[in-house]
Parts: sequence; C-alpha cells; structure tokens
Amino acid sequence: MSKRFQSILTPIIALLLGIIVGTIIMLCTGYNPVAAFTALWDGAFGSPYYFGEVVRQVTPYILAGLAVAFAFRVGLFNIGVEGQFLVGWLASVWVGLAFHLPKFIHLPLAILASIVAGALWAYIPGLLKARFRVHEVIVTIMMNYTALYVCNSIIQNVITNGQERTPNIPDSASLASPFLQSLTQYSRLHWGIFLAIICCFIMWFLLEKTTRGYELRAVGYNQDAAHYAGMSVNKNIILSMVISGAFAGLAGAMEGLGTFGYIAIKSSFTGVGFNGIAVALLGGNTAIGVFFAALLFGALEVGSLNMPLEAGVPNELVDIIIALIVFFVASSYIIRWFLERISKKEAK
Amino acid sequence: MSFMEILMIIVPSTLLWAAPLVFTALGGVFSERSGVVNIGLEGLMWVGAFTSIVFNLTFAHTFGAATPWISLLVAMIASAVFSLLHAVAAITFRADHTVSGVAINLLATGITTFLVKFIYNKGETDIIQQSFNKIDIPVLKNIPVIGPIFFQNTYWVSYLAIIVAFIAWYIIYKTPFGLRLRSVGEHPMAADTMGINVTKMRYIGVILSGALGGIGGGVYAEAISSNFSHATISGQGFMALAAMIFGKWHPLGAMGAAVFFGFAQSLSIIGSSLPGLKSIPSVYLLIAPYVLTILALTGFIGRAEAPKADGVHYIKGSR
Repeated sequence: MSKRFQSILTPIIALLLGIIVGTIIMLCTGYNPVAAFTALWDGAFGSPYYFGEVVRQVTPYILAGLAVAFAFRVGLFNIGVEGQFLVGWLASVWVGLAFHLPKFIHLPLAILASIVAGALWAYIPGLLKARFRVHEVIVTIMMNYTALYVCNSIIQNVITNGQERTPNIPDSASLASPFLQSLTQYSRLHWGIFLAIICCFIMWFLLEKTTRGYELRAVGYNQDAAHYAGMSVNKNIILSMVISGAFAGLAGAMEGLGTFGYIAIKSSFTGVGFNGIAVALLGGNTAIGVFFAALLFGALEVGSLNMPLEAGVPNELVDIIIALIVFFVASSYIIRWFLERISKKEAK
Repeated sequence: MSFMEILMIIVPSTLLWAAPLVFTALGGVFSERSGVVNIGLEGLMWVGAFTSIVFNLTFAHTFGAATPWISLLVAMIASAVFSLLHAVAAITFRADHTVSGVAINLLATGITTFLVKFIYNKGETDIIQQSFNKIDIPVLKNIPVIGPIFFQNTYWVSYLAIIVAFIAWYIIYKTPFGLRLRSVGEHPMAADTMGINVTKMRYIGVILSGALGGIGGGVYAEAISSNFSHATISGQGFMALAAMIFGKWHPLGAMGAAVFFGFAQSLSIIGSSLPGLKSIPSVYLLIAPYVLTILALTGFIGRAEAPKADGVHYIKGSR
C-alpha cells in the first residue's frame, strides 16, 4: 500500500469510525440513527437556504483550519486560533464602526485590521517560543482566555457604553452580498468564501512553491538540520506563527464583517478555533485537505441544527462525532498499524 | 469595614474557589510527572461536574446529607474511567498528547451536554438540594483571630483539598511509587532498564489525574454552581493546568498557585462588595491567572521546568 494512499485512507477510516460510534451512541440512548442522519443531510443540503448557510459556516472553518495546519507544517501547534479569531473579529468590527470611508477603502481596511490583530496576537507565543523556548501550546491556551476577557471588556467599556453588543457595522465595511443571499433563499452567505478559497491557494503556493515555504517546512521536519543548513530557525518560528495568526484573524473578519456585522460579549468560546484543529487534522494539514474537511464540518454543524426538529436527536451528537474524529485521527498510529498488517498479508 | 471583616469575607471565599483548582491541578501533576501531557483536565472536570450533579439529583432522597460526598466519589470513578481514553490514545496508540487532550475536552463537552438533553430534555439540570454547606470547624473555630478568618463560615472540601495536596506531595517525593512515577517522566528508558513498567506507571498517572480532575469538577458543581449546564465548567480546567505550571509541577507549588488563582477568581466575584476594589476593572482579575502563567513560563518568575520526558512517547527498543 503506497504512503500516499495510506495518508488518504487514514482520515477516511477515522471519519467512518466516528460515525459508527455516533450511531452506537444513538442506538444505546434509544434514538433512531437513520432518522438522525437523514435530518442531518436535509439540514445541510435539503434546500438552497441550508446550502448557503453551510457555505457561510465553512468560510471561517477553512481559515481556522488553514491557521492550525500552517503552524503544524512548521512543527508548531497553534491552539490559540480561537483567541486570534476573537481579536480579529473585534478589530474588524472596531475599524468598521470607527471610520466613515468609501467602500473600496473601508472594507479592505477592516479586513486588514483583523489580519494584523490576529497576527499580533500570535506573534507573542511565536516570540516566546523563539526567544525563551516556551512551549507554544500552553501560551496559546492562556492567550485564548486573555483574548476572551479582554475582548468582552473592550466591547463593554470602550466601544459601547456598557452594552452587551456593538451596533451593526455600516454597509461600507460589510462583506454581505444581496446577490449571493438572493441565490440562496436569503441565507447569510457573503463574499468571504472567495477570500477563504484564495487563502487556500496562498497557503499551498507559499509552502510548496517558494523558497521561504521550503525553509518553513524544513524547520518543521528537523530544526537541527535546518539550523545546520544556515536557516534561521527562530525567525521561521515567529514568521509561521504570525502567518497562522493572520489566517485566524481573517476568520474573525468573516464573522464580524460577513455573517453577523457586529460583535457581542461572550460567556464562553465560539468553538470555531477548536473546530479548526479538527479541520486541520482531518485535512492532513494540506490546503486542499483543509478545504474538504471544512466543508464536511460545516455541513455537520449546520445540518445538526435540523436534528432536534426533524428527528428529536440533540444536535450535540455532532459535537461528539467531531470529537471522536479528532480522537481517531490522533490515534492514527493504530489505524496505520492495521493497514500495514493487512497489506503485508496481501503481499504474502 | 475593618481589615478583619474584609479578611473574613475574602479568605473563606478564596478557599472555596481554590478547592476545585487544587484537586484538578494535583491531577495534572500526577499525569505530567509520569510523562503524559494532560490538556484534557478541563474535560475531566466536565465529566466530574456532570456525574456528581446527576447522581446528586437522582439519589438525594436515598442518601440524604451524605449525598454530596457519595456523588464526589462517583464523579471520581466516572472521570477516572473517562481518562482511560486519554491514556489509551496517548500511551498505547502513540497519539500526540496535546491533540488527544484536545479530543478529550471536545468529547467531554459533547457527551455531557448530549446526555443532559437526553436525561432532562433541556439544556441544564435542576438545582441540587443537597449541596456542600458552609460550616464552622469544631474546636479550631475558637482560636482567636485565626479561627474567625479561616475556620468559620467555610467548607470541608477546601481543607480536604489542602490535605490531599500534602498527601500527594508525600506520595510523589517520599515513597518508592513516587520515585518510579517521576523516573518514567524524566527518563523512561533508564526506568525501563531498572525494571520499572513504563506503560503501567503512565497509565496510573493518567488515571489518578482523571480521579482528581473528577473530584475537582464535582466540588465545583456541588459547592459553587449547584447545577450543570454548558457553562458550568468554563476554563477552570485550564486554570488548574496553569496552576500546575505556575507551581512548577510540584504538588505544593500547584496548591499554592491554585489558592492564588482562587483568590483572583473570588475577588472578581466579591470585589464589588469590598471598599477599594471597586475601582479595579474586573478584567484584570479575570486574566491574571493566564498572564501570570505566561510570565512564569517565560522565566520572569523563576524558571518553570517540565519533567524531561513530558509528552514524549516511550517506544521500547528505540533510542
């Protein structure tokens, strides 16, 4: 069995295992799995409206997935996507509200603000990793909570006067598209999906086709070898965290400028950043893989909202399935081990 | 308000908020001392909180006043069993410890919120009737000055947490078991050469973290929140993780840090009723544990050194 075939087969097996265990859970709790999965499918693809909502949900998932995947490829684990996503969201809305400019300046400026905010928020763990060898996992987790509370405080005390949410951004900073909405029975679909697809290309091109990308990957494979070859490991660590954070920040702009048009204080995380981890893992940390994995998770999340209505199954079931997929992808050693045994038997 | 009165409000409240963090952080110490990174502490607390509340609501009539304690025991067992998933993935299946921990967190939130809807047909449980109550500790409460501050209007679980921390310190640093546990976390190959079963020790480390994390979640649910919903455990597990790092992977250090974080948490709750604290925006208190952890890791507050083989798989025969 070729390595390439195996690397495609492993996530598919993880996905199937996740669905199988999800089915077992439903059978044990007395729900009808067939009805549940039918409702899930209908809720994702049953009408143009639902499909528009799926694409809308996929947009931030692609970018969050790219953020996690990019860092992974350089050997870093960015759990801080959720925090970078929040500061990106806040920055985009803030710029959207603070200025009155023509659209062709205002919208790019608001998007740029989200990218810069996310990049800066990721710069700190990158710098600490490069300068002090501090593990980025812990720092990014801690910065998630810092982002959550700081954003809430800024929304309440700086942007508004003690309000729970900001006003809506003006049209000049909005990604909303009446055209796309009318195509999909007035879902909240917006232009952001094209930005997300462009970002997939950027990630692929940057990593696979440029010298800088080669250096980044080299650092990911073997830091010592990269250092010996004259590459600056520290510079590449910081750079990759900054790029990863930029993707995450842009994901925030998708919510701030596209889906919602405002930001509200949050009692807990949105989950977009954490689903980004699942997306990146299932997508094998490649741009194209992330795209398809985001499509899958977007469809699961949006479709699941239909499950309580049509099949009476709590939509949290989908969260369990997503968690199981992450669990099985993480444990892929055992899947590969099985695959190798099977292929060895065939060879004999 | 006199200084004495302020202390009489702050100290019991700090100890109450610290108790769940102390238990869970100690769990983290056991796991990481054995060499298994445990980002999943949050998820273990979710399971503990959920189990204790469901058991408490179901059996309150049967067990009466003993219910919270029995619930805590059940939460401990449930969470220990749940932590086996992390152990199997991270130790036997050679999963990346961090990714597996993230999966544990996602799985715990998914399963518990799913089961709450399945059992109660709504997003949250009822309020428990038998919860941990405030008590005055006999004899000790009569000590002048110290008595009213530390031993009146307080909770048994707070003191249990501190006692457990000392027991954990004794186990890890003064017993052969502790020595073995630490050795597989520092240099598993050397430990293996000496005939220590690395896999077994690591499983024990993770299961202990599950048991203690479950108690932590149970204490939080039964003493502080009194019910279970999707927002009951929101970051306490990561705060416990922070306390463990801040305490340099040492049981007593972790306890000290957990008490400090409990202080920060309780201040952000009761701060508004205390003079002089109203002017501090609560956001500073909310982010204090996280920012301090980053500073500690960076080395500004003494070097925090993790066990050497923390997060490293031990594969027999490789070097």
